[in-house]
Amino acid sequence: MLAIWKREVQAYFYQPIAYILIGLFFLISSIYFTFGTVASYYAQLNSLLSSIIFILTFVCPILTMRILTEDRKNGTEVLLVTSPVDVYQIVLGKFLAAFTVFMVMFASTFIYLIIIYILGGRPEIPVLVGGYIGFLLVGACYVAIGVFASSLTENQIVAAIISFAILLLINIIDAIASFIGGFTAKILDMFSLLSRYEDLNSGILDITSIIYYLSFIAVFLFLTTRVIDKRRWSQG
Amino acid sequence: MIEIQNLTKHYGEIKAVQDVSFKVTKGEILGFLGPNGAGKSTTMNIITGYIPSTSGTVTVDGYDIMENPREVKKRIGYMPELPPLYLDMTVTDYLDFCARLKEVDKKAWKSQKDDIMELVKITHVQHRLIRNLSKGYRQRVGLAQALVGTPEVLILDEPTVGLDPKQIIEIRKLIKALGKNHTIILSSHILPEVSAVCERVVIINKGKIVAEDTPENLSKNLTDFTKFKMTIAGPDKKVKELIQQVYGVKYLEVQSAGKDDEFSYIIEADKDIDVRKPIFHKLAQDGYPILELRSLGLSLEEIFLQLTTEEKEVN
Repeated sequence: MLAIWKREVQAYFYQPIAYILIGLFFLISSIYFTFGTVASYYAQLNSLLSSIIFILTFVCPILTMRILTEDRKNGTEVLLVTSPVDVYQIVLGKFLAAFTVFMVMFASTFIYLIIIYILGGRPEIPVLVGGYIGFLLVGACYVAIGVFASSLTENQIVAAIISFAILLLINIIDAIASFIGGFTAKILDMFSLLSRYEDLNSGILDITSIIYYLSFIAVFLFLTTRVIDKRRWSQG
Repeated sequence: MIEIQNLTKHYGEIKAVQDVSFKVTKGEILGFLGPNGAGKSTTMNIITGYIPSTSGTVTVDGYDIMENPREVKKRIGYMPELPPLYLDMTVTDYLDFCARLKEVDKKAWKSQKDDIMELVKITHVQHRLIRNLSKGYRQRVGLAQALVGTPEVLILDEPTVGLDPKQIIEIRKLIKALGKNHTIILSSHILPEVSAVCERVVIINKGKIVAEDTPENLSKNLTDFTKFKMTIAGPDKKVKELIQQVYGVKYLEVQSAGKDDEFSYIIEADKDIDVRKPIFHKLAQDGYPILELRSLGLSLEEIFLQLTTEEKEVN
């Protein structure tokens, strides 16, 4: 598993894709930071985090689109599956690799924290920690969705579109739920990643939210292993 | 070492492999022969655990692939038809990755790595990106990958496909050399390759085994006559008469040998009767010297065609 993780992280940085994504993320979040935080003399980072979380809807599908599709296209899937590793280890290794790149991207926001301190702002630590944890967990869920989407096809673009569609749906699910109301709304709320994020981001470190996110990730990674296994049964 | 029993694989209605059983003993090189689409790759993918079978069992060194996939996979080095290469890696990085993936002990790998690269002759390209290597070198890197961790069993799916003749000969030599320390299953649709490298051949057609033996026995058993060619100095009419008198000769054909007083004769005789001695004595009596005597066994190519086309006619 570690071997797969290491290879995939290297692959991200051998190619320009990781640099482009991190650069893009940093550019857009910096614009938000400059005008939304610094220019309005706002000493908290949480509103910035909840603003820039939408960037992940675009970045995560691109980050994960080749993670499993490429192995099928190049035939390297054979190497992975016929090596003494289990399918869940392959999926976990891939997921962790994409998540590692996400973490690097995420780490770029620490610069804003330093700038706020230099400018004399003193953010509330518990709220900040909640915001960071929430951001990481939502990001991990997005990455898990992307990994799942890339297991469905051997075409990178199709994989990116599938995960983008799922993420878009997640973005508007709260709006749909409040529009429909009733029992359906309750079911839709089970898939609402962002409403729980708002709780965390306001400093409420609710353990059930954290467990919710972790199980969300687990379910999608499990589904990914099932898709790979299912295909092994039916292919030539 | 490898035991395959009643292996069957269906894809919906299509029966890719039907009731295939064979054994490979330790240290043997088994040729797995069949036309394209006969089920060779499917069978190999099942043995290596890449795809599961519909029914039947595969055991390697006593371990079942379905019950104990890890133990089986540890013992097998697999080179699929399309070498599973990461094009964005250098050769050494790639092999290091394979070693880690296959859980090869770090120290053991250190001592192995150079030997493997030396063996498949990729030492001088080790720092190049696989993307920039030619087809022949990629094939070798794929083979090196199968050798990582010195597994007891090597499964090679059409290892010489797409190589130039010189490379093909090199790879064949290499496989023969590897056969000293490994148990090998080699698939191919090229017959001379199998007869050159393998000790035993399994011929598969339309998902079923149609023959299994050594290349020599296959050619012996499939014919009910022996066939040879003789070149004899002397007038063809007289010589023909003499040969035809020999007991056991069933068929005789005269060919020109390029000289006025020399002719070639294609002779077919009963399998159980050696007609060579009586022919020699007869010709010696009349003073016609035999210039050449060559046995014409059925080539593997003929056997293969016979087996695989007969099957077609039955269906």
